[in-house]
This record gives sequence, structure tokens and C-alpha cells, in this order.
Amino acid sequence: MTFAVLSDTAGGAVPPPAVEANQITKRFGATTALAEVSVAIRPGETHGLVGRNGAGKSTLVSVLTGLHRADEGTVFFGGEAAPAPADRDGWRRRVACVYQRSTIIPTLTVAENLFLNRQTAGGPIRWGALRRRAGALLEEYGVAVDPATLAGDLNVEQRQLVEIARALSLGTRFIILDEPTARLDATAIERLFGRMRSLSAAGVTMLFISHHLREVYEVCDTVTVLRDARWVLTELVPAVSHDQLVAAMTGEAVGLTEVAPREVPPGDSVLSLRELTLADAYSGIDLDLRAGEMVGVTGSGSSGKVSLAETVGGLRRADSGTVTVGTRPVGAGVPAALKAGIGLVPEDRHREGLVPLLSVAENATLPIADRLGPAGVVLPARRTAAAEAMIKKYDIRTESPAAPVSSLSGGNAQKVVLARGLSTDPRVLVLINPTAGVDVRSKESLLGAVRSAADQGTCVLMVSDELDDLRHCDRVLVMFHGRVTATLARGWDDARVVAAVEGVFSEGVSAEGAQS
Amino acid sequence: MSGTTTAPPVAEAPAARRLRGPRLARMRDLALVPAIIVLVLVGALIDPVFLSSANITNVLQQQTELSLLVLAEAIILIGGRFDLSLESTVGLAPALGVALVIPAASNGIGTEWASALAIPICLLVGLAIGAFNGLLILRFGLSAFIVTLGMLIVLRGLQIGITGGQNLFELPESVLYLGNAVWLGLPASIWICAILFAIGIAVLGFFRHGRAVYAIGGNRDAARAAGIRADRVMWIVFIVGGVLAALAGLLMTGRLGSVASAQGDGMIFTVFAAAVIGGVSMEGGKGTLFGALCGVIVLGLINNILTLAGVSAQWIQAIYGLIILVALMLARLTTGKAQD
Repeated sequence: MTFAVLSDTAGGAVPPPAVEANQITKRFGATTALAEVSVAIRPGETHGLVGRNGAGKSTLVSVLTGLHRADEGTVFFGGEAAPAPADRDGWRRRVACVYQRSTIIPTLTVAENLFLNRQTAGGPIRWGALRRRAGALLEEYGVAVDPATLAGDLNVEQRQLVEIARALSLGTRFIILDEPTARLDATAIERLFGRMRSLSAAGVTMLFISHHLREVYEVCDTVTVLRDARWVLTELVPAVSHDQLVAAMTGEAVGLTEVAPREVPPGDSVLSLRELTLADAYSGIDLDLRAGEMVGVTGSGSSGKVSLAETVGGLRRADSGTVTVGTRPVGAGVPAALKAGIGLVPEDRHREGLVPLLSVAENATLPIADRLGPAGVVLPARRTAAAEAMIKKYDIRTESPAAPVSSLSGGNAQKVVLARGLSTDPRVLVLINPTAGVDVRSKESLLGAVRSAADQGTCVLMVSDELDDLRHCDRVLVMFHGRVTATLARGWDDARVVAAVEGVFSEGVSAEGAQS
Repeated sequence: MSGTTTAPPVAEAPAARRLRGPRLARMRDLALVPAIIVLVLVGALIDPVFLSSANITNVLQQQTELSLLVLAEAIILIGGRFDLSLESTVGLAPALGVALVIPAASNGIGTEWASALAIPICLLVGLAIGAFNGLLILRFGLSAFIVTLGMLIVLRGLQIGITGGQNLFELPESVLYLGNAVWLGLPASIWICAILFAIGIAVLGFFRHGRAVYAIGGNRDAARAAGIRADRVMWIVFIVGGVLAALAGLLMTGRLGSVASAQGDGMIFTVFAAAVIGGVSMEGGKGTLFGALCGVIVLGLINNILTLAGVSAQWIQAIYGLIILVALMLARLTTGKAQD
């Protein structure tokens, strides 16, 4: 089988693949996480790995990094068999992984993280020398980070760069990037891609995992699709269309998502922001949303867009200015926001969105617990009924309302968060990156649910970096350094949004307050 | 306004932070030094006796046992774990060491082994307790809090059971020696503490295995991924903790001249207070042994000043506790980070 693949790509004296997984099968108890999956990656290639949540991507990564041992099948690095499972150093020299969760130790400095467990060849550590070595290493790979900084103070982008630099300094020439873009903003993603291209040119082999097919098209040479623990296709990126990829991932043909036009009935504004200001985040924000209107907000990570949404949702308190729903000003704090009719889907579903050990039903009904029985009593029957209604309405795939929410896949967990946000029948729904880390299918059903809420008169304020999310909005505001610098009506093209996010203003885009 | 002019602010935001970060971290180490100076001044004002070398020596010697426990606890906390049972080891280890060598008439067991064995037995008991804690916590994956809480009770019970709840006296010379000897004008126990802290500070600050403890406490998975044998390192840390607690018990036994059945009882609260005041995080990965040592000294000075100021014995505990709380609040204010 392997030989067939090799002779397909090129005959004669081909170097062995940098990485080769051969007929890997991995079972966890009764579930098969990987079934006879084979992937070969040529040296210097950037290989995309896509698949819906639960397709087996993470398991494949665990097998390739030696964290899990395959039940069947073999892994080769550059033609040699993989090291023994206990030989961590051997694995580390061959493969490094930049995970979504960081493998950096936040309480230690960057320098020490880079040389962890090899701070010294012997004898006491010489800190000055260690910092200089770290500085030289970071400079070599063009990472603008002070080695004396505590790693916990780095932002996501810097942390990833430090992890990549550490891997390269170990002599690793195969790097797995597990959804590196999930928590980066658009400009940081561009910088990451630039770096990936130069690493690739330098002969580094990469396996790139992402939910965004657009990114696969941008950086990958080859792409492999997994579905339901099985290998589906491996193809050169230029030779495969977007629709083919989606079809391979979902197992059925899906057309490009066209957003149907929608009308917002005229009327008075429901949500009004006046001169809203929060130091170091945003300043002088004025905004009006009519009932049923969907407004998108985008911008780079430092634009203040998330802080703005969190202020409206009650998680932050503005320094000055007012938030009004209907005619009544909204006080600070989440209870006040809920009372005023503002529902929130927070940025980080693991941290602010869900209580992982509680059931789906309890999580979904947290804000409406007071309606589920008299005098503070929560009647289980009513809660289950309410939860079942939500599960049906939002198409949440769960064993039962009593299953712990931590057992759900990312997309379904996010649906629970959305269901919770909408459980109070809010007049205003605030969403922050609602489709981050969510597969294609769940993305559509999430956005569909938001849209149907808007059709019923809820006004929606959606902060997102996803152009696909923003496409559903009636208008899109672009924030730059704490100010709204551009407002785009429906029908914008991608380039214009990206340009505005970068702070570049083209003609035809209103650009007030750009000089601040 | 163009793309090129917009990039730098994004890159410079962390730069502003990077100037403050390491300096603050280093400052935290010395955060208690001003407090110690203030306490010394206050003490001198309250009673001239305070600054006499006899009093200072006395304060230091009284803190030696506590400081060894804090040394042990601080290393364990930095590794992200817990050990409550140290205070019972302080009692059981010397009790067993002594009971096996002294005659039954002095409340011994009656085995009357050679008295030279008392100290080795004592330290071995500490080692065994640390190893057992490590076994339960690391190998069997039990909660460190509950395991060591259970051990605290079991070990105390063992001591009472073995000694019949009696104090042990007529101790062998070797056991009395460390608590009483004077080397170069200072009590031996002060020297021992100073040396052990110096070793601890050097190992945790400048050696790979010491840094591994920080790495494990900061992010165990990341430490593992970097090739650190996390469980083995922590096992050694638990064993070192047990041995240090046994040594503390030995010093206390020597100083007091007997092994009380309640020896070490209640010390663990002060140990945690000193470590946390000294900047050691209960979450692991943060803090230094120098800071922990400063925490011990601060508590010792406060205790001494309260005594010299003539605070009545009935109130001293309440005031002492209150001061610990205030110290924690000040630490919270100066570091600006929540301690959980």
C-alpha cells in the first residue's frame, strides 16, 4: 500500500517520506478513534489535515507525537521506525507539536522554557548565559520576544512562536500545528502563514490542522481528509475544490453557503451605545441597533472588539458612556444585563461559557433557573423539559439532557452556550467568536439559529474574525485601536474587510477617527 | 495611515510589559525585606532587649524547626503538591527513633537498641513517610490534600499508640546534641538551617533538577513533554520533605530535652502561612525558598515582639493569627494577583 503511494507521486530515487503513518488503528475502549489510517508527508511539505470534530485528527496527532501508542500500524520518520514509546527525547527530536493548549510553562521565563530540562550541560545554571543563548535563538528565528519575560505574559501568537523556535532548536524538522489559528486574529494569522512559508522553504515539514479550509488553501501543499476515524482522501491542494473538500468531510455534497438576503423592518433602535469608553480598550463608541438587525464587529486582537461586546454583555464595566436597551439604561454586571434583556455567548466557552461537569440541561438553563419552579426550587422535570426543547430547537447532539456537557464535541458544546444565551428570550444577543473551533456543519446550524432569533426580532451584535459569520450580518463595523473606523453595508467584499482590519483604508469606506 | 505604520504598535504592546515582568519577579523575592527591617525597628523601640544578641539568637533558634518545615513545604508547593503530614512527622520520627533505644522505664518500647541508631532511625522514618506519601499521591493518583490529611492523623495516632501518650525523656546524648550544641558562637541548629536553605536555594535556582520542580508545578504536561520525569522528581521531593521534617523533629527534641506526644501539633498552619506570606504560590510553580525563609523570619519576629510587648498569653494567638491575615492581604496588594 505504501509503495503504491510512493510510486504514484514519483518513480525512482525519491527520499523516504519525512513522516509516514501506516495503517494506524487506535481504539479507546469500545470506540475506534482511528481505523487503518495511512498518511505520508514528503520532506519540506506543508500537509493540511482536516475533518469534522471527532474525525480522528487529535488521535492521529497523539499517535504521531508518541503520546498514544497505535493498536495496529506503524509510524516511520524519514524511513526509520518511530522511537519506543518511553523514549521521550527520541520523539522530541523527530516531532514537535504546537497544541491549542500550550506546552509552555507560564511561571517560568521564555529563556528557561526554550531550554527546559537542558538549561545546562552540567553544573549550575548560568542564567546570564542562558538568557543570551535564548536571545540568540529567538533572533535566529526572528521572534521578537525578550527571553527574560515570563512565558505566562506572552500572547497566544508569541507563545506559538516560542514553541516553534524551541522545536526547531531541538533539531526537529517536523512540526504539527494543531489549530494554531483558532485563537489568533487576522493579522497574526497572516504573520504565522508567512513564517510557515519560510520554514517550508527551509525544508521544515509541517502538518497543519485547521477548521478553515481557506487557510488550507493558503498554506498547504497537500491535504488529507479524515471522516469518522477513517482516511477519506489525500490530494494536492490545487487539485481539489472547496466543495469537494467539504463533501469529503461531511460525506455528502454541500454547495457553497450562500447567505440569503434579509430585510430588517424599520423601527426605533433597541440597543443604543453612547460615548462608551473603556481605557486601553475602546473609546467613544456610538452604536444603534434596530429590532431584528444583525450587526457584525470585527478588527484585530488589539482593536477592543471583544472588550466592547463583553461590556454590552455585562462582563466588563465601561469607564464612561451608556448602554441603553429600549429606553432604559443598563447597569453594570451580568445580572443587570440579563434583566435588561441582553443574552451573551462569551468568547471562551470552556472558561466563561460552560460548567464542564454539570449536565447539558443544567448548563443550558442556568440563567432561567428561577423560572423552573417556585421560590428558588429548580424542578428537575421542568428543567429537563426546557432542556429537551432546546436540544431539539438547536439540534444539539447529546446522549441525553443529563449527559455532562464536557462529553459533547466542540460544535455541540457551543450550541449549548448559544441555547443558554437565547434561553432568556433576550431582546439583544451578544456573540463573541461564536464559531471558533467549530466544524462546518455545526457552524451552519449555529448561524442559522442566530439568524432565526434575529428574524423574530432579537437584535444581534456579533464579534467575529470569521468572514463567513460576518456575511450573515446586515452591516459590519470594523474596529481599529479602540474606534470604529469603517462601516460596511451588506454586499462587501472580503478584501475590503481585511484591509480595514489591517488599518488600511480604501476608497468608498468611511474612515472616521482613524488617526487616534 | 498605511499597513506598515500600523504593525509596530501591535508588536510593541508586549515590549512595554517585558520591561516590568522580570524586575517585578525579582522584587517579589525581596518584598519582605522592608517588612523585616520595620519589624526590627519596632522591636528595638518596644524593648531594648530585642536587639541583644541573646534575644536575636533565641528568635532564630526558635524558628529553626519551623523553617525546616517551611523549606520542605515550599519545595513541595512549588512542585504543585501538598503535604500536611509534615507536622506529625516532626513528632513521630524522633519518637520512634528515641523509643527504640531508651529503656522501658523512660517510656521506651524496651528494645534498647544501640543509642547511636536513634538519629538514623529518625531520619529513615521521615524518608519512609515521604516515600509512602509519594506512593499514594503519585503512583495511585490520590488527592494530595486528603492523603496527607489522613497521614497527619494516622502518624499522630501512631506516635500516641507507640508511646502510650507519654512524653519520652532520658534521651541519648546524640539526640540532645544537635538541639543544644554551639558551633562558632551560634547554636548548631541555626547553622544547619542556614546550610540547608543555602543548598535548597542553590539547587532550586541553579540546577536542572531544581528547575524541574518549578516546571512540574507550572505545567506538569509541558514538563513531561520536555523529558522531565515528573513523578520521579516529585517523589524525591516528598522524600526530601519527610527527611527535613524528621530533622526538624530532631532539633526540636534536642532543644526541649524530651519528645512530647503533641510535638509539632498545629505547626502546619504556621508553615503554610509562612510559605504563602513568603510568596510561594499554593498553585505551584511560583515562589522562591529565599522568600519562604523571609516569611519564617517575619513570623518569628512578630511572635517575639508580641511577647516582649507584654501581650497577654491569652490574646497572643488571636493577634498572631490576625497579623498573618494582614500580611496575606498586604502580599495580595503588593503583588496585585489573586492567591488561590
